[in-house]
Amino acid sequence: MDAAKRYFRSPAAVIGLVLLLVVIAMAISAGILYPRDPLALAGRPLVWPFTNPRFPLGTDNSGRDIAAQIFYGSRISLLIGGVATAIAIAIGTLIGAFAGYYGGWVDNILMRITEAFQTLPNFVLLLVLVAVFGSTLTTVTIAIGVVSWPAPARLTRAEFLSLRNREFVQAGRTLGMRDLQLILGEILPNALPPVIVYASVVMALSILLESALAFLRLSDPNVASWGNLIGLGRDVLRVQWYVSAIPGIAILVTVLAVSLVGQGLNDALNPRLKSR
Amino acid sequence: MRILSLAGRRLAASIPTLFLILIGVFLLLQFAPGDTVDALMAQMGGGDAATARDLRKFYGLDLSLPAQLANYLWRLVQLDLGFSSIYGKPVATVILERLPPTILLMTASLSFAFFFGLVFGVIASRAVNKWPDTLISTLGLIFYATPSFWFGLMAIVVFSIYLQWLPAGGFEDIGQVQSGFWRVLDIARHLILPTLTLGLIFLAIYLRIMRASMLEVLNLDYVRTARAKGLDETRVVMGHVLRNALLPMVTLIGLQAGTMLGGSVVVESVFSLPGLGRLAYESVIQRDLNTLLGIVFVSALLVITVNFVVDLLYARLDPRISAEG
Repeated sequence: MDAAKRYFRSPAAVIGLVLLLVVIAMAISAGILYPRDPLALAGRPLVWPFTNPRFPLGTDNSGRDIAAQIFYGSRISLLIGGVATAIAIAIGTLIGAFAGYYGGWVDNILMRITEAFQTLPNFVLLLVLVAVFGSTLTTVTIAIGVVSWPAPARLTRAEFLSLRNREFVQAGRTLGMRDLQLILGEILPNALPPVIVYASVVMALSILLESALAFLRLSDPNVASWGNLIGLGRDVLRVQWYVSAIPGIAILVTVLAVSLVGQGLNDALNPRLKSR
Repeated sequence: MRILSLAGRRLAASIPTLFLILIGVFLLLQFAPGDTVDALMAQMGGGDAATARDLRKFYGLDLSLPAQLANYLWRLVQLDLGFSSIYGKPVATVILERLPPTILLMTASLSFAFFFGLVFGVIASRAVNKWPDTLISTLGLIFYATPSFWFGLMAIVVFSIYLQWLPAGGFEDIGQVQSGFWRVLDIARHLILPTLTLGLIFLAIYLRIMRASMLEVLNLDYVRTARAKGLDETRVVMGHVLRNALLPMVTLIGLQAGTMLGGSVVVESVFSLPGLGRLAYESVIQRDLNTLLGIVFVSALLVITVNFVVDLLYARLDPRISAEG
């Protein structure tokens, strides 16, 4: 409870939480506020924002409601951000846990693989994955998860290295617990908090990666995604710059919210570092 | 000399990593729909199965997978990256043509992010929890959350369309042929917006790390000693704190090299710069897998090179590292 109290004492963390709740509320209410397909034609193309009460944020190049796309886009961003992060953290903790617990040649091989993933620019790897497996929502989400695991793996490994010879682990070993029991049941719960905090960074980066991919028209074109809309707006950037501007602000706010919440959690869970 | 051998050893250790990457990506690309011959046939406007078979034989695509991989790696050792059927040139030539703009862009962005990250980080740490710190830290958070391609587009709207100060894209003015000094100036003008766009997120990261690292070093005993012997604040910061606070920043350059190269894919597309990143994007669109594999090789090589340089720099900043080696 102390941690929660500390969290709410920081204004930045509270602002982040409020912003994140707003984005989540948008994702939930999208279907209620805009029951029609957000990618269906709704009116005249390129209506400026605040000029027509039917389209508070205007319409895009082909006459689709921008507000509806923003609301539905929050679903895609949260979904891809959430699932890709879960994949990255799952792979990362697993590899980091085994590398850190066993050490020796297991560590050597796993860290070589991690290094290989870190040496190759992750956006380039993402391009390769999309080129090979195509760009549907599922493949893009998995691909983002697959390129984002090395950092959590290194973090988990470091935690395991410092925990594996503590008394409680030795006690477990004396009791005759198997390696897997020790890794999953004893060490992992203790190693997880910093990894969970780091998940906010992974999530922020995943949302940015997906929007960049969508902007390049390499993500799923059949869903209302913020990056897609920015890419579309690029064709009419000279005059109707608002088509690109509005979804960009949505991405900015979401990523900001996720990082603020992450930082708030970090400060609340590690109070000694707070003074920095 | 010791520094060199230390960094050289790490360089040697990265060769297996490089091969691991190449073998992994090579195998991955086998799952891609369509091969070089399909792309080539499409370019020729179709053809019969016999031609396709002959072509596959010519390119060695009828061999077994391990044989193809061995062939590829052997050619790679001879620095032969294969042939791009889309560009009608060897892949190595295509990549070499596209390398200069990317290296220029990365160097410029890195210098921009490093320099201003350092300056703002120092300012923020000197006024910790006062308004300059709050302002700089808030800006840093916002920059970190800004999608680079969106910032680039908005910069084009403001600086190229409304104010008409800077060009909206391209590497140089192709309307008039320039040489010498004027050409350099022209290219620099074209690179201002891309540099800001690519550097922004790194500026945010650097200033955060610099601030934290300054605060850490400022609390150490030797800084108290420096103050106690009567040095003024400027001297303490410039002469004693800065050098040690810089170490995490330098580490970060190596860690971020790959991210920066990835970021240039997007930035080069926004500003239509003829660089490596744009080539990567084009080769995905055109299914030019040979070129894509070549880019994977070259970008991994670039990251390894940057890390080698960082190792050298690191040893220079902190003499203890080379002494222990």
